[in-house]
Amino acid sequence: MLAKSLGCTLVGVQARLVEVEVDVSPGVPAFDLVGLPDSPLREARERVRAAIRNSGLEFPLRRITVNLAPADLRKEGSGLDLPIAAAILAATGQVGLERLGDWVLVGELALDGRVKAVTGILPMALAARAAGLGGIVVPQPGGAETIGVEGVQILGVESLAALAGWLEGRARLRPPNNGRAAGKVACPPDFADVAGQRMSRRALEIVAAGSHHCLLIGPPGAGKTMLARRLPGILPELSPEDTLEATIAHSVAGLLPPGAPAIAHPPFRSPHHSVSVAGLMGGGRPARPGEVTLAHCGVLFLDEFPEFHREAREALREPLEEGTVNIVRAGTAVTYPARFLLVAAMNSCPCGHWGDLRRSCLCSPPAVLRYRARISGPLLDRIDLQVNVPRLEYHEIQGRGQSEGSAAIRDRVLRARAIQRRRFGNSGPATNGRMGPGEVRSFCRLSAPALAMVRAAFEQLGLSLRAHDRILKVARTIADLDGAGELEPEHLGEAIQYRWLDRDLVS
Amino acid sequence: MPEPAYWVAFSHLPGIGPRRFDRLLEHLGTAAGAWSAPDSVLLRLFPGAVGERLVAARRELDPEVCWRAVERAGIRVLLRSDPRYPPRLAAIADPPFLLYLHGTLPADDAAVAIVGSRRASPYGLAVAESLGRDLARAGVWVVSGLARGVDTAAHRGALNAGGRTLAVLGSGLERVYPPEARSLARAIAATGGVVSEFSPNTPPLAAHFPVRNRIIAGLSLGVVVVEGAADSGALITAQMAAEEGREVMGVPGPVTSQGSRGPHSLIRDGAALVESARDVLEVLGLHVPDPPAPATEADLKEDHHRLLSELSLEPRLPEALAQRTGLEPGEVLAALLLLETAGRVRRVGAGYIALPTGS
Repeated sequence: MLAKSLGCTLVGVQARLVEVEVDVSPGVPAFDLVGLPDSPLREARERVRAAIRNSGLEFPLRRITVNLAPADLRKEGSGLDLPIAAAILAATGQVGLERLGDWVLVGELALDGRVKAVTGILPMALAARAAGLGGIVVPQPGGAETIGVEGVQILGVESLAALAGWLEGRARLRPPNNGRAAGKVACPPDFADVAGQRMSRRALEIVAAGSHHCLLIGPPGAGKTMLARRLPGILPELSPEDTLEATIAHSVAGLLPPGAPAIAHPPFRSPHHSVSVAGLMGGGRPARPGEVTLAHCGVLFLDEFPEFHREAREALREPLEEGTVNIVRAGTAVTYPARFLLVAAMNSCPCGHWGDLRRSCLCSPPAVLRYRARISGPLLDRIDLQVNVPRLEYHEIQGRGQSEGSAAIRDRVLRARAIQRRRFGNSGPATNGRMGPGEVRSFCRLSAPALAMVRAAFEQLGLSLRAHDRILKVARTIADLDGAGELEPEHLGEAIQYRWLDRDLVS
Repeated sequence: MPEPAYWVAFSHLPGIGPRRFDRLLEHLGTAAGAWSAPDSVLLRLFPGAVGERLVAARRELDPEVCWRAVERAGIRVLLRSDPRYPPRLAAIADPPFLLYLHGTLPADDAAVAIVGSRRASPYGLAVAESLGRDLARAGVWVVSGLARGVDTAAHRGALNAGGRTLAVLGSGLERVYPPEARSLARAIAATGGVVSEFSPNTPPLAAHFPVRNRIIAGLSLGVVVVEGAADSGALITAQMAAEEGREVMGVPGPVTSQGSRGPHSLIRDGAALVESARDVLEVLGLHVPDPPAPATEADLKEDHHRLLSELSLEPRLPEALAQRTGLEPGEVLAALLLLETAGRVRRVGAGYIALPTGS
């Protein structure tokens, strides 16, 4: 007999529907699974057999053929265990066929018949909705990330036996977590916690206001990590679209905090520098989103940037340029979203003390140049601000009372963002940091004194012309924060100061 | 080939310094004659290992090849016998018999040497640069050794003022050391000169540096030691200057700094204490130009003055400047940039210093 059920497989951050066809016919007992399953999926046969038996149901000793359609789509992961088992039960008349045509089933099976969680429930629910289906059954506990998704019914199931009962119309299933979110998502840390470092804070305000990628340069212990962690707290809140995209990415990676329905704040990712290219960009077996995708709509903090593998550093160029990353595997290309704000951090030299006013640098000038050259030209070209974060003495961070909190900084950031929305409208870049050369020419006009200041600075300070456009973009954001229309010398002057590494290497 | 070619050839042989070269000329008349003299003659003049090395090296060397190479590299050769050889240098105890040169030399012009530590403090670098700048503005050649630290700062100061500076190398002209100074050397040669007593491909061996210091001292009316530890090469240069009857001057520094030991000990021993180019010119009895009009004073606004009042030769972080002046971080950065383009402040590592105004 033939029966069909519906399941899901993940391709990148999207879910594709899979039709599970099961044929049970007389013959030598066999259990064949076709349709390009990957390794965990091929093992479904063992799991399904044991789960059905241990749920008190009958596993047919006949010739069983399972086909996962479409035949040319690689299927990954263990979430197809449940629909395979359901289709086998239906093909042997142990459950009814009715609901199987309108509901997607998702879940891994334990040998005792319990249903176990899989990643990516949220995009699967969205795929079910997009296909116009009635609903999706997901593993319980879990699935809290689907809370708030409308237009499709979502139910949670704990065991194969319970599913069988529901398919027979004998039992009811409830929404996962009873429709309530259990956990609370922590707020990003606040700038009020940071004593001093007003110069660095000002730089990060500019970074947030104009969405500029930045590089923090300073000795170990200066506070680069502490400052970077606070950047999400001054970025605008995520729009509904961004929230969905970020939550989907985390759902696919299995990284949503338990019970939390969604990513509530711009994500902050800080992978260790030993991360592999696949870990950073995505891919691997089974394919997982990389750090750049988990940082989508948020901040990617790469501390000790020169220590990252060269391939990883170079691979960053694609997402920085395109906002997406293409992973090609076995001839198919999958696109992951990867639009993030990059904060890279490094020392000023191998020993960390170049430029320190109180400690001597032990490095020879060629060693310093070699170290700095690890952040290559094309990558440095994508970084709009190079900020020095110096080691501060105790007396330098004292005395000014409470530091300004993130809420006040974010207010200024939001005002500047509003100016940028009015400037760019609906077409073109959303922020100054994303301006292309044409937009720079249109929107970054210099007053005559500003032009003179730029010329003098370029001549005397050894800046390269590559820095020119970047300086203008940053000056535009500084002027926006200032509420000014035209770019004045003081805006340019400050912007030029954020080229800390580009200046002559005078020791 | 002309006689100078043989001088060049001898300068390529190991162990031939001014004294041994003089012996050759004394006994054999000309360098050309000496070159074609039989081995036995040379071995008698220079017995032992010296003679043997000399004779062996002479066999391997083709004077014509050397001469052509020097020509191709665009290097000028100045013999001691040439009337254009700087008289001040000719007057020292053992002047180089040959100088390789890019650019020109201070012959009769006033020249002052600025020497000091390779690991100079920001203070020392700022002083060296200001001295170089202001002496150059006064029309004086700035002589130094192209080393890291004080030498480089002095050369740069002179170049930035559009003046003339001379770099004396401890290696050959084709092997400029340190490597990062190559572009600086090219810039110096364009308006001033780069000179060496060593044949063009001579590497920068440690033993060469004290030897070349006598040339630095010898070309100058006086030597200013800006910063140096108690055993630094700068003090050797100062001693050579004293032995040749040139003025020795020292710039004092903070008593907490190791770099002040050298200049302070010189001053204790009678060297003149100088704080500025003006002082140096007075010590040497040279004409002191009127101080330049304080340029663009009127263009500086209140922010800039507030910053300047908090800056000194001790570097300060922008963070500290913001705290002390009450200015906003952005205002501090913009004002510092303007002051830097106006030549009033200089970025040193993570901090800023005020440059001496040279009056």
